[in-house]
Amino acid sequence: MSALDPRDELVDHLPSLRAFALSLTRNGAIADDMVQDTLVKAWTNIEKFEAGTNMRAWLFTILRNTYYSNRRKAQREVADVDGIFTESMAEKPAHDGRLQMNDFRAAFAQLPDEQRETLILVGANGFSYDEAADMCGVQVGTIKSRANRGRKRLAELLHLDEDEALELTDSATVAVVAANPASAF
Amino acid sequence: MSNNKPSPQARDQIDESLRRVFQEDTEAELPDRFKELLDQLRNQSEAPSDDGDAS
Repeated sequence: MSALDPRDELVDHLPSLRAFALSLTRNGAIADDMVQDTLVKAWTNIEKFEAGTNMRAWLFTILRNTYYSNRRKAQREVADVDGIFTESMAEKPAHDGRLQMNDFRAAFAQLPDEQRETLILVGANGFSYDEAADMCGVQVGTIKSRANRGRKRLAELLHLDEDEALELTDSATVAVVAANPASAF
Repeated sequence: MSNNKPSPQARDQIDESLRRVFQEDTEAELPDRFKELLDQLRNQSEAPSDDGDAS
């Protein structure tokens, strides 16, 4: 029994791996199959994992590569959901500024795969743009552009930027601006 | 140019929601099959590679 087998850590990453798979596939059964594939690949290729590096990033990379290679094979471009969710979208964020989670999920599900993936890596998991670029095998500029386009689209779908002028009178916003005088210019 | 990015307030709300959605998904109950699979992989890798039925 070796003292430190990185394979022992796999189980710790199951919850976030599955959450990542769900955000990519938007389908529980497919997500679970992808998690299973990823575990087998990780287990049998564990010598490729560099000790001391981020195992979650390594697993996410395996999973997303699996997903995109399956997608290419299946040639399934699921673009038919456009417009289905638009009708039921939220009017406004709740007064405390928090979004209704169901509306947010529905809007998020409408984004293209690459934008969802980028936002989950950068926005939800706190990976840097550089890390996300490595994981996705693209340039940093591509990641930044996907993140911006994804956030912009979500803001549109959820009507977040419609009352900008009004929001500036919001006491919380004024406080933030006051605390960062440089940003006022 | 300002059209390419949401406002900072919208961005904060979006990222906060992304974290919450992801957190919710990580809290979902895991099916047993993943831990069973890991056990199975471990048993396979610990089993003797030849002479499997030696005793």
